[in-house]
Formats: sequence, structure tokens, C-alpha cells
Amino acid sequence: MSTCVRKFGRWVSLVSKRGFSTSTCIQEDASQQSLKSLNLCSAVNQALHIALDTDPRSYVFGEDVSFGGVFRCTTGLADRFGKQRVFNTPLCEQGIVGFGIGLAAMGNRAIAEIQFADYIFPAFDQIVNEAAKFRYRSGNQFNCGGLTIRAPYGAVGHGGHYHSQSPEAFFCHVPGIKVVIPRSPQQAKGLLLSCIRDPNPIVFFEPKWLYRLAVEEVPEDDYMLPLSEAEVIRQGTDITLVGWGAQLAIMEQVCIDAEKEGISCELIDLKTLIPWDKETVEASVKKTGRLLISHEAPVTGGFGAEISASIVERCFTRLEAPVARICGLDTPFPLVFEPYYMPTKNKILDAIKSTVNY
Amino acid sequence: MALSRLSSSSAGSNFIKPLSAALSLRRPISSDTTTFTIETSVPFTAHNCDPPSRSVDTTPSELLSFFRNMALMRRMEIAADSLYKAKLIRGFCHLYDGQEAVAVGMEAGITKKDCIITAYRDHCTYLGRGGTLLEVFSELMGRRDGCSKGKGGSMHFYKKENGFYGGHGIVGAQVPLGCGLAFAQKYSKDENVTFALYGDGAANQGQLFEALNIAALWDLPAILVCENNHYGMGTAEWRAAKSPAYYKRGDYVPGLKVDGMDVLAVKQACRFAKEHALKNGPLILEMDTYRYHGHSMSDPGSTYRTRDEISGVRQERDPVERVRKLLLSHEIAAEKELKDIEKEVRKEVDDAIAKAKESPMPDPSDLFTNVYVKGFGVEVFGADRKEVRATLP
Ligand SMILES: Cc1ncc(C[n+]2csc(CCOP(=O)(O)OP(=O)(O)O)c2C)c(N)n1
Ligand SMILES: [Mg+2]
Repeated sequence: MSTCVRKFGRWVSLVSKRGFSTSTCIQEDASQQSLKSLNLCSAVNQALHIALDTDPRSYVFGEDVSFGGVFRCTTGLADRFGKQRVFNTPLCEQGIVGFGIGLAAMGNRAIAEIQFADYIFPAFDQIVNEAAKFRYRSGNQFNCGGLTIRAPYGAVGHGGHYHSQSPEAFFCHVPGIKVVIPRSPQQAKGLLLSCIRDPNPIVFFEPKWLYRLAVEEVPEDDYMLPLSEAEVIRQGTDITLVGWGAQLAIMEQVCIDAEKEGISCELIDLKTLIPWDKETVEASVKKTGRLLISHEAPVTGGFGAEISASIVERCFTRLEAPVARICGLDTPFPLVFEPYYMPTKNKILDAIKSTVNY
Repeated sequence: MALSRLSSSSAGSNFIKPLSAALSLRRPISSDTTTFTIETSVPFTAHNCDPPSRSVDTTPSELLSFFRNMALMRRMEIAADSLYKAKLIRGFCHLYDGQEAVAVGMEAGITKKDCIITAYRDHCTYLGRGGTLLEVFSELMGRRDGCSKGKGGSMHFYKKENGFYGGHGIVGAQVPLGCGLAFAQKYSKDENVTFALYGDGAANQGQLFEALNIAALWDLPAILVCENNHYGMGTAEWRAAKSPAYYKRGDYVPGLKVDGMDVLAVKQACRFAKEHALKNGPLILEMDTYRYHGHSMSDPGSTYRTRDEISGVRQERDPVERVRKLLLSHEIAAEKELKDIEKEVRKEVDDAIAKAKESPMPDPSDLFTNVYVKGFGVEVFGADRKEVRATLP
């Protein structure tokens, strides 16, 4: 793909492989790296290999992970790094995350897998009350910054009620944790490595629809992508579109369709939902005067609401139209009605047109 | 066609049930209700309680109904497998074949006023509670005639009038609910109990221990039934449980280990458990059973266990074959008659599938019903943005 190098955006290569590093990264030229075509699942797998390889105090655990996990994202890890560092847990999400917090509190990198984002709720208390507040309430004596929780999220076409949900907004209401969602293989690898090495606990949602579907040239070496930095993945002048994860694939198609109708869309991948990069979105909306946010989670109380409110605060006088949100409907994730529920291409296109013609 | 017609709804030796006309015409003995006893395959192992007798009362008619019901379940699950592969069933689908004796034996030991609540492997439990094949297949294919109007799918079967509280997707979550059901039963003094089913994998969830304590603390008529099929997805029980003696896991709650492949043992245990729970509070029943299929449709079921293990169970412990042998050795039925029954159930299943395929999809507006008692002025459009539209008051 010719857009490959541009899409690397701000990818950076890792220097510091030990200790919690966030900013000790250097820029390098993407074209010098050896690239390999990988799907998102393999990119995650590669990131985990690198994480375990570069830090002997890192661990991967979760339900069935030593066999590769239900999506095969952890394939080969147990063979290479041993069952002391890559191990199956019993079926007990609350225990998995609580255990991870303790492990991380001892200065380790605890990489926990929750089999589906739909099953993260038994661990909700541990994430919200233990992980997120450990540093704050101990006056910085303790933290579980080494904790990264990986969970596949989102629709897959026919997953039904409990294999399809997008619960990111629940976690965006919790100061003390970060929420990160990649859109592609390359992004997944770089962002996951950043999350694992970030000194804060992070929930990393992986778009499971794209595990096999998204294939991209991915640098083979160790690199990290910065957190809390959004990326303009397509420049435009008429309207700003903001999304994350699998939804961006839909939104990219919308941009192409809108262009045919003479509307120029600027597309932003938020990547980190909290703490999020308001400046990038603000700058774009100041330029275009219009904003549309799209996510799979139900519209009410979704993270789109937060983005909308913040941008209205910052760009009130520059807005030419109300902020549009095209999201999942306010129903449980349905079994037979998935196409109705989803924020599809045509729904977004309609909203773009009515926003532009407001 | 409804299983309920044949399955026992009254416990005890005075089991009298009309059999289907076809059957009783052909062989009078099939309606024979003279009681005789059969030994369970293995003794019960008890924890903190005296186990029930190994001699189980039964009748020719009951044994024959066991055979028929289990054969029907077996056939139904195999048909569901094909429908899934043909993409007529979407979503997640977990099959019960191998475990039939648990659903069938349990129903024989209790009544429909007792409650059952289970996880997602619920097709056969539902059938045992009196559900019909048409409702099963319609629900599986997301059609309007399904037991949850097509809105639940494989994992969410319910039948309120017969005390079936479903059909739950989150592993372990249904067990504390079972305690709530049992509390309500106890409060209304109606002498009924709740059977809360969960797997060996689920046994490691914290909620299990919370439920145990609650049930014991408040003396609830709750029976926690661990359907131990020895795997939670790809994880063998010993990899996930320090003590795979699930019947002992309640510590202060008594338990009983049961051969879950022996329908008579299951019946005996469930009857015993009900009596115990009404008098003394909760009890754990560990049903030693086995699932033949993989965990769900995406699991071939052969990577974490050997083919020999599976075929070994099929040969030595299969619940349907066990009853077939009993029927033959007690000269209750001839081989040919049992084969005919299997042909009949096959046809029943095929007919139900054909009918279910004709059942309409739910109306698109059903997407918005049942979220709340009433909608909140929802107006939305479907993917086509014009035609499909739902407005609720
Ligand atoms: C809280 C939660 N975590 C994980 C899952 C995914 N999952 C579904 S079934 C299952 C295994 C359960 O095994 P077991 O309890 O033994 O029941 P079985 O499938 O053998 O009937 C897992 C891990 C889930 N549904 N809910
Ligand atoms: Mg199991």
C-alpha cells in the first residue's frame, strides 16, 4: 500500500527496554525497517513476544492463554518463555485482575487477558476500585502501573449479546486508568508495547473483528506508539470524523463515499480514550467547523458524549452545526438485529450530509 | 412431540405417565408401571451427609421414557450442529450431547414447581422442562416461534411456567440468582426447591462461594449442581482447580458425587437432594459427566483431549446406551423397537426443523421492545435508513 509510510505516522522505536519508559523514545525512519505482512492477531502476538523477551519481569496470564487463547493471540508464548511466565488461570476474572494488580505492585509487568470484553465486568471492581486508585490513595507509595488488561471487544457479525459488546465508556469514567484501542495491526503492536511499558494501569481493547481481517505491513522490530496522541489519518476540510478501533474501517469507507459527493472529511483516530488528545480534535474542528463521532457502543453515555461536550466547550463559536453522533443504539447488543444496531456506513454518510448542509 | 408428555413430572415409585399412542399400541409393556429396582453404576460418594441407596426404583415405562427423551436430545443436538454448520444458526452455540442423563434424570426426581437455572448449555435442560422442539429450533435460528421470541438465541432459553429460569451467558452468574429463587420459595413455604446448575470451570468463580455461603447461612432450599464434564473450554479440570472434588468444595455444605452418565443415579440423587434441602438447607450435587462435542461450535474438541478418551466414554459410559442395555437385559423392549424409537425421534426433529424454518423472523421493531417495560420514545431507522423504522410510545 502506498499510504503505508504515511500511516506510520509517529511511530517510534524503543530504546529503553528495562524500567518503565514513556518518553525515552526516538524517531526513526519507517522505510529503513524490515516489514512483514501481519494480521492484527499476529501483531498482538508479536508485541507480546517482544514484551516478554525484553523484560524478564513480565508475565502473560488469563483463561487458556498458554494454549494460545481463544483467538490464538498468545500462541507460542508458553513454549518460548515457559509456564512460569505464561500461564492459564482458572475461570475467575475478578481474581485474574486482582492477582495482576498485586503482581504489578511488586514491580512486574502483568499482562492479563480477559477472554472477551463482555466478561470484564466480574473484574470491574478490581479495575475501578483497586487498580485505578492504588497510586492516589497510597500517596504514591504503591501503584500497579505494570498492569495491562487486554480484552477483545466489539461486533463480529453474529456474536449476540455476550460476545459483541464495546464497554470502553465504563472505563473512561475512571481517573487513574488509561483506555487504549488500536485500529490496525501496526497500531496494535506499537500501542500494546507502549501500554505494557507505560507506568499506569491500562485497559487495552482489541477489535476482534479485525483479528484476521486487517492485514498490514508491520515493522518486525520493537517499536512503540505514543499514548494520548490522536492521529489525523485523513485530511479534510468540511467535517471532522472521530472514532477508534474497528469503527475506523467503516469511517474510512465513508470518507471515500463522501468525497464522491463533494464532501471532504478529516478522519481522526483517537487511539487513547483517556486521557484523550483534545488538542488534535479541537484543532481539526476549528478548521472544519463540524464534528461527527462514531462508535459501536450505545449512544447514550458513550464516549462520544464526552468528546462532544468537550469540543462544544472549546469550539462553540467555530461550530457550524450541532455535533453528530452515529453510534450503537440504546438497546442490549442484539442477536438477530445486529445490522440495525450497528453504526453502518450509510447511517454515517446520511449524518455527514445533514451536518454539512445544516 | 413435546418432551413433557413423556418425562416424569411426579417423583417416586407411583410414576404414571401416558405414553405416546404409537408406542403403547405397539407394545403394551411400555406402559407397564410395575416398580422394580436397579443398582446405580457406582456408589454415591458423600461429603458430610449419608448418601442415598444405590437401589433405584423405576418402572419399565419410566425407563423407556428415559431412553426416548435422551435419544431425542441426542438427535436434537446433532441436528443443531448441522444447522450451525449450514449457517442457519448464528451466534454462539453450545451442545449438550453426552450430558443428557443429567437433564433427564433431574426431571424424574423433581417437579415442574421446582426451579432450574443454568448456564448457556441449555437446550436439553429446556426440553426437559417441557419445551418443544419447535421452540428450540426456532430460537436457535432467531425466529419468532422461539422460546425467547428469537431474541435470545442458543444461550438464552427460558420457560417461566415450568420454573425454568434459563439460559445465562456469564459463567457463574446464575448461581447466586438461584439462591434468590430458593429464598423466595422458602419464604412462600411452598416446599419447592431450586436447582442451580454450573460447570466445573464455573466452580472456580468467586460468585460460587458467595452463593454457597448465602445459601448455607440462610438455610435455603438450594441445590448447587456442578455438571462436571471435566473441561471448561480447553482447560482440563485439574489445570484450573486445586481440588476437583467439587462436591466437597462447599466445606460446611454437604455434597454428593453422582455418576452423571447414569440417569437413574441422577434421579435418585435429585430426589434425595430435594428432601435434604427442604429439611437441612443447601447441598452440592457433583454430576460426573462428559460432553462429546467441543465447547462451542468453534472448538473441534480434540486439541486438549484425546480421541481415545472421547471414544472410551462413548463405549463405556454413554447414558443412552446404558439405558438401552437395561431395557434389553430386563426384556422391556426389543432391539428393533428401540431402533424404531430412534427413527421416530429423528423424524420429530426433522419435522420441527422444517417448521421452524418457516417461522418468521422477529419484527424489526422488536429490537427495541423489552429493554424497559415501555420504550422511551425511541424512534430509529434500520440499516436502510428509510423502510425499517420503529417508534415506541
Ligand atoms: C465471566 C465469563 N468468563 C468467561 C466466559 C467464556 N466462557 C464461556 S463458557 C467457558 C467455560 C466454562 O466451563 P464450565 O463451567 O466447565 O462449563 P461447560 O462449558 O463445560 O458446560 C468460558 C471460559 C464467560 N462466558 N463468562
Ligand atoms: Mg465443564
